[in-house]
Amino acid sequence: METMVTGPAHDDSPSTNEARDQWQAAYDSSRLRDVPFETMSGVPLEPVHGAEPYPGQYPYTRGLFPAGYRSRLWTMRMFAGFGTAEDTNARFKELLRNGGTGLSTAFDMPTLMGRDSDSSWALGEVGHCGVAIDTVSDMRDLFAGIDLAKVSTSMTINGPAAILMAMYVAVAEETGVARADLAGTIQNDILKEYQAQKEYIYPPRPSMRIITDMVKFTTAEMPRWHPISISGYHIREAGSTAAQELAFTLANGFAYVEAALAAGENIDEFGRRLSFFFNSHSDFFEEIGKFRAARRIWARWMKERYGATDERAMMCRFHTQTAGVSLTAQQPEINIARVATQALAAAMGGTQSLHTDGFDEAMALPTEKAARIALRTQQIVAHETGVAAVADPLGGAPFVEWMTDEMERQAEEIFEHLEDLGNGSMLEGVYEAVENGYFVGEIADSAYRFEREVNAGRRIIVGVNAFAEGAEDDVQNLLRIGHETEDYQLKRLITVKQDRNDERVAAALARVTADAEDSNTNLMPGLIEAVTASATEEEIVMAMESVFGTYVERAIV
Amino acid sequence: MSNQHTDTDTGAKVRIVLAKLGLDGHDRGIKIVARILRDAGMEVIYLGLRQTTDSIVAAAEEEDADAIGLSMHNAGHLTLAPAMIEALRTADMDIPLIVGGIVPDMDVETLTDAGVAAVLGPGAPAEEVVAAVTQAVANSS
Repeated sequence: METMVTGPAHDDSPSTNEARDQWQAAYDSSRLRDVPFETMSGVPLEPVHGAEPYPGQYPYTRGLFPAGYRSRLWTMRMFAGFGTAEDTNARFKELLRNGGTGLSTAFDMPTLMGRDSDSSWALGEVGHCGVAIDTVSDMRDLFAGIDLAKVSTSMTINGPAAILMAMYVAVAEETGVARADLAGTIQNDILKEYQAQKEYIYPPRPSMRIITDMVKFTTAEMPRWHPISISGYHIREAGSTAAQELAFTLANGFAYVEAALAAGENIDEFGRRLSFFFNSHSDFFEEIGKFRAARRIWARWMKERYGATDERAMMCRFHTQTAGVSLTAQQPEINIARVATQALAAAMGGTQSLHTDGFDEAMALPTEKAARIALRTQQIVAHETGVAAVADPLGGAPFVEWMTDEMERQAEEIFEHLEDLGNGSMLEGVYEAVENGYFVGEIADSAYRFEREVNAGRRIIVGVNAFAEGAEDDVQNLLRIGHETEDYQLKRLITVKQDRNDERVAAALARVTADAEDSNTNLMPGLIEAVTASATEEEIVMAMESVFGTYVERAIV
Repeated sequence: MSNQHTDTDTGAKVRIVLAKLGLDGHDRGIKIVARILRDAGMEVIYLGLRQTTDSIVAAAEEEDADAIGLSMHNAGHLTLAPAMIEALRTADMDIPLIVGGIVPDMDVETLTDAGVAAVLGPGAPAEEVVAAVTQAVANSS
């Protein structure tokens, strides 16, 4: 190309750049928020600076939308869940009242692992790290009084995701909301469970079949639903580097794409419903480079390798959460500053939605106050800092462009390794790297390297290995989940089991098992029938486990 | 190589069983602790995820362990740590239990009263981790 437009749009030289004209036309036809796009001192701001590709243009390095956040701010989606369904329902309503614009559900460990609250495995865990859901009755209480046609809901669950999605559909349809009108995301990213979060139930291949069924079902019947949120967040929390987070996550994404293609799905149809979830950690420019590289790599692979033609199927849409692992138990209030800079990086990186962590989360689930401060923190970034007025505000800065390239380069090296493992198939490469311990080994090595550097004092963590004075002020007002949650949940489960029709449950569970045995049958209709009959989560998990088996990780240090 | 991390009676290396008890899958911390203790010259037997009190007792017996280390991140420590102590007592095993992870300060005394030898919080430096294990083993022998 002959000319690079590097100045603002009011540059005197006539624009001969086709990309620029194209962008301008797209910008002009974008709906904009009704706020002044000027600095706080009244200086008018151009919507974008720098060179092509402009925001909204392939490969989307500079963002997915021509007007950036001028059209629409990111969704402030605060993750919440604790205790009983009623407890979490109250927190949801509080967040919506306070200006939160999407719901995000945290489930407790037994629910995440497919166990009921009365399982021996659930001892000491009921309602602790999220809300306890055993049956569709709990799901009904969780969303009571919230119009499911009007909110978008994110559910962070993986191993038993299909069952929870079935419950959500069942509850919506009871209240007269059609499944086609449900908007939201279910995490459902099983591959990263074997790599980092470790909340798997079945082995990788049968798990992939369940996910493929969910992709098919939502593509056909739930057009506003994202059936997978391909997540690097947990990979990073487990200790990976930024580039490993980027590479492992996108490689998992490629694996899902290859699985869906093998199942005969159309890349443009399901591709536009895939979404991602990244961590925003403390190293500001590395994070921004990572976000920009993620969009570019995904677009290129989807288009060039997998043959997507619909632009929406090339777009890497992502949610971001600030780095829980960066929060310190020492002097916890200073975590508010960490969260603020991480939120700023996410905004400058162009995230579609954001959860900001509570300052007390190194010790417990956030109190209501901590969750409110966290939401306020991202509201300050959105409304006071001015970063939402100009798309990709750092684009074109040599350091930022270099960092973006460097993240991409490191990721491509990892892709090459995985492809070699899979003899050209990313799906097989990822399976192999799960089995041979590559992912867990790489993550553990990175985590240990970082820990040693902190321990040796080569890296400063404020309040931990430096500037430790003031720790006597540590807050002790933590959210505690008492025994009453467990007692209440157990009673509730007994009541549901007494009130249901046992024959109907048995028949529905038999159907789930039969569906699991036949890989040509989609599991979803049978699962919806089972949850509607008030079969418990664990009963349904076991009905499939009899066919799929279980996964046990080798213990590697 | 110092010999400070050896069992005081026998001069043998300290043998410690590390495990995740229950459903909690957060294993970043315990893997780091495993490497810290191994680098300090101890014999580390890491059992991995989803262990039960019974599986941990069995492994500790089989490995002739000098100590057990559990990592807890899901606020289950007030239930799970006493359950582990109880299982050790039932098996008549007199070896120290060390708990690491997310344990609020206000719970530390409850755990030590219940018989936990040491509690290591987030950000504990490597030397503190090694010292806590060494001390716990020395105190119990």
